Amino acid sequence: MFIKIDRDKCTGCESCISSCPYDAILIREEKAEITELCQMCRACLSVCPEGAIAEVREPSDEMEKGEGQGVWVFAEQRDGVLAGVSFELLGIGRNLAGMLQADLSAVMFGASDADARELIRWGADVVYHCPDPVFNAFNDEPYAGLLSELIKEYRPEILLAGATPIGRSFIPRVAAKLKTGLTADCTSLAIDAETKDLLQVRPAFGGNIMATIVCPNSRPQMATVRPRVMKRGVYDESREGKIVVIHGEHLRSGTKVKETIKEISEVSVNLQEANIIVAGGRGTGGEKGFQLIVELAEALDATVGASRAAVDEGWIPYRHQVGQTGKTVCPKIYIACGISGAVQHLVGMQSSDIIIAINKNPEAPIFNVATYGIVGDLFEVLPVLTRRIKEVKGR
Amino acid sequence: MKIVVCIKQVPDTAEVRINPETNTLIREGVQSIIKPYDMHAIEAGLQIREKTGGSVTALTMGPPQAETALREAISMGVDRGVLLTDRAFAGSDTWATAYALFKAIAHIGADIIICGKQAIDGDTAQVGPEIAEFLGIPHVAYIRKIEDIQANSIVVQRLMDEGSDVVESSLPVLLTVVRELNSPRLPSLKGKMAAKKAEIEKLAAADIGAEEDQLGLRGSPTQVKNIFAPGVKKDRRMLDGPAEVQVDILVKELTGLKCL
Repeated sequence: MFIKIDRDKCTGCESCISSCPYDAILIREEKAEITELCQMCRACLSVCPEGAIAEVREPSDEMEKGEGQGVWVFAEQRDGVLAGVSFELLGIGRNLAGMLQADLSAVMFGASDADARELIRWGADVVYHCPDPVFNAFNDEPYAGLLSELIKEYRPEILLAGATPIGRSFIPRVAAKLKTGLTADCTSLAIDAETKDLLQVRPAFGGNIMATIVCPNSRPQMATVRPRVMKRGVYDESREGKIVVIHGEHLRSGTKVKETIKEISEVSVNLQEANIIVAGGRGTGGEKGFQLIVELAEALDATVGASRAAVDEGWIPYRHQVGQTGKTVCPKIYIACGISGAVQHLVGMQSSDIIIAINKNPEAPIFNVATYGIVGDLFEVLPVLTRRIKEVKGR
Repeated sequence: MKIVVCIKQVPDTAEVRINPETNTLIREGVQSIIKPYDMHAIEAGLQIREKTGGSVTALTMGPPQAETALREAISMGVDRGVLLTDRAFAGSDTWATAYALFKAIAHIGADIIICGKQAIDGDTAQVGPEIAEFLGIPHVAYIRKIEDIQANSIVVQRLMDEGSDVVESSLPVLLTVVRELNSPRLPSLKGKMAAKKAEIEKLAAADIGAEEDQLGLRGSPTQVKNIFAPGVKKDRRMLDGPAEVQVDILVKELTGLKCL
């Protein structure tokens, strides 16, 4: 609830000013205005001779099952450029909306009208766009504040966001505000045929276990998804949709971005854009074993990746790490050498088109996600593979 | 400056069992450690205290044996350990955990609250920002550097995808920290002595004025529906024979798919 002054009705007579015990009303441009000092005591409501002061009731903060409608995707931008994960979320969002026979909407803070139209071509039926310059830099409170307001007003059934530094930081505030569930880093999302609940699958408990999480009673059901885990939807140049322009109000922030420092590590960019990645794990046994990985990567013009075990051992720098605490990658070919395949590693690479696993242990979980499995010693297999690749490529 | 560091004790190994009835973790009987990211949160708290003076309180929520984590924190130099323990907290998801910690922090009082980046057993990284929202204060997540700290404000570097942001925040504030921020100190002899003698304060749900229906399983919006091992990929092909033969098959397949 908050108190609002109708600027068209207000004559600037100032009779409300003395009625406020908190000095929360001032005159600006000959009209009364309620400031943030307002305690919502309602003392001013009856004073106004024009009836220009009114109480605006907000819908209840908590939503229950059955109230929600539609699937929402938070489309993140950074420096005015839409993040790739936004299009991936529209891909999975389209599937979920199809299963629910509901609309798919995107919410975008900052960026331009052209970007909003781009979201429609990637699958959105409606785009809620707030172009307020406050969103040029990322501050959690205005992001969480406006998204929560929009959810309260439009009541989506599901909200998806990218598990990026931005999404992972402010989306929890929205969940706290709305008292609803939030599942981080989902690797697959589906709709339960019976209950229509969102089935949110994520790795759990550090071991080789996946958990399906549901949020049975509260709405919206919220989930974050890491970049490059979901596939983009179909891009349709001629697709049409609605753009709703939102005006942000009361967007306060206790934080302020003073400066942005760009630092792009070449390797991490290469990892994420690589066509082929050759990755090594504990099974390489050390820097000498890793040399075989590097040689194969050179023969294939591939990028070198690593499991957390290899990075923790100090055989290769952190920026090569693939997995939950490293980079999520989605190359055409991923060659995992001496990597057993802990869930944390698998979630970072299992969307790759072709996965080749080379491991001594036939029971290693890496073989569960493999397209081709080679059970063998990498010290024997890799030199042969590197030689054959060079032959095929005529080097 | 009143500093509160939220820490979490987690199972040391992968030998975690699950209660089949409630689908929640059984932590009893498993060796526990302070979750690694939280060590950096403790170190950050101690370094701020060295600059500004004041006190550092370590706060954890868990079973009575989580007391050992607080003693470990005290051995590093933390002034005080508070254990939030009550059967009512059992089975809390991130929302209910954040709610209980918020109530406890409101009870203790704090200018700066520091959390590790994520729990190694859940990796959700949600609890910190949720606590900040409940407290109605700003937060800055993934901080890698503290540049400046004054009586009413702090300047930090926040890790982003393509570099970092320099962010100024008013106090009170909640920070979540990454490993890069610092190297946690080892316990001193004096610290170890203090840890042995320290009185750990215990708080239950009623002490912090928490509403029962917001706690534990009942207060948790999310539920674990089931737990499973990841399945085998449908089109998987295991190759046979000596290395030379396997490599030949693989290279032929890849050439056929025009991958090379």
